[in-house]
Amino acid sequence: MHELGVVFHVIDSLKKVAADNGVEQIGKVTLQLGEVSTVIPSYLADCWKWASARELLVNGAELVIEPIKAISWCDDCKKQYGTIEHGRSCPYCGGGNTWLLQGNEFMIKEIEVPGPEEESDNG
Amino acid sequence: MDKVRVIEVKQSIFADNNAHADRLRARLRSEKSFLVNLMSSPGAGKTTTLARTIADLGGEMRIGVMEADIDSTVDAEAIAAAGAHAIQLHTGGMCHLDAAMTEQGLDELGSADFDLVVLENVGNLVCPAEFDTGAAKNVAILSVPEGHDKPLKYPLMFQVCHALLINKIDVLPYFDFDMDKVVSYAKMRNPSIRIFPICAKTGEGFDAWEDWLREQTAAWNSGE
Repeated sequence: MHELGVVFHVIDSLKKVAADNGVEQIGKVTLQLGEVSTVIPSYLADCWKWASARELLVNGAELVIEPIKAISWCDDCKKQYGTIEHGRSCPYCGGGNTWLLQGNEFMIKEIEVPGPEEESDNG
Repeated sequence: MDKVRVIEVKQSIFADNNAHADRLRARLRSEKSFLVNLMSSPGAGKTTTLARTIADLGGEMRIGVMEADIDSTVDAEAIAAAGAHAIQLHTGGMCHLDAAMTEQGLDELGSADFDLVVLENVGNLVCPAEFDTGAAKNVAILSVPEGHDKPLKYPLMFQVCHALLINKIDVLPYFDFDMDKVVSYAKMRNPSIRIFPICAKTGEGFDAWEDWLREQTAAWNSGE
């Protein structure tokens, strides 16, 4: 729903990373995206295509989206289950006393930059 | 293929916005301005609720309002008519406000001149919940016609809110809305959420909501 907004946030974050690492051109960006992060990968990719073409730093950069599975925890029967398949009700006991363990992440994992081989440091 | 260098970033997309929001909260603390981020679906009654709240509290505290709409100044005019200083924020077509946009609004409003500043966020239950605006407290409004299952459908909104106003209780007899269920669904995701059933049209339930707002404003502005 707000993919374009988050793409602007991604690009702002990348500008800072680039400045910290003396990078002028980014060739590839890898994001990690939880299955229930409310960000839709295909919309994100479309917005990236549009927004990245307007920024020199990421113009033409490839976007890789790594999904992170959504897993919930049932506090009553102390078991894990897949959130996408079963939602908020535990498939073992039917209870609703459940919490998301992982799956709402939205992270920049790494970037690839063309250029001479150097020690990669996180500056 | 050319040699490439991989730089590990491992940074949450929202980290920058969260840091910005924390800086904004520190500024508001030192200005003694209590910022409330008011969120709801379109049509839940944000502006009507706000206008009545301003009319009731305007005599005892200085209230400023930032209206975030994609277009138009309809809401800002209604709020100004209720007696508060209001400005219109432009989201540039975006579905939410972030901390940077909120800061621009606070600068334009002159937040230090107000005891209470209300940010009327874009009408939407999804995106505004994702972005910390720098507000001291988040408040959501859910109206009876929207149904009692909204906390299940939009869990993040109800997780990030400190208070929930359930508006339009005057039409409860006409809707299949279960007040006990909405309370239990909201508390399931957020055990400490404060819930106030209100009717912005008649003023029913406003005493408890306004007492909460008064207490929270006083606590923040006294540095508690």
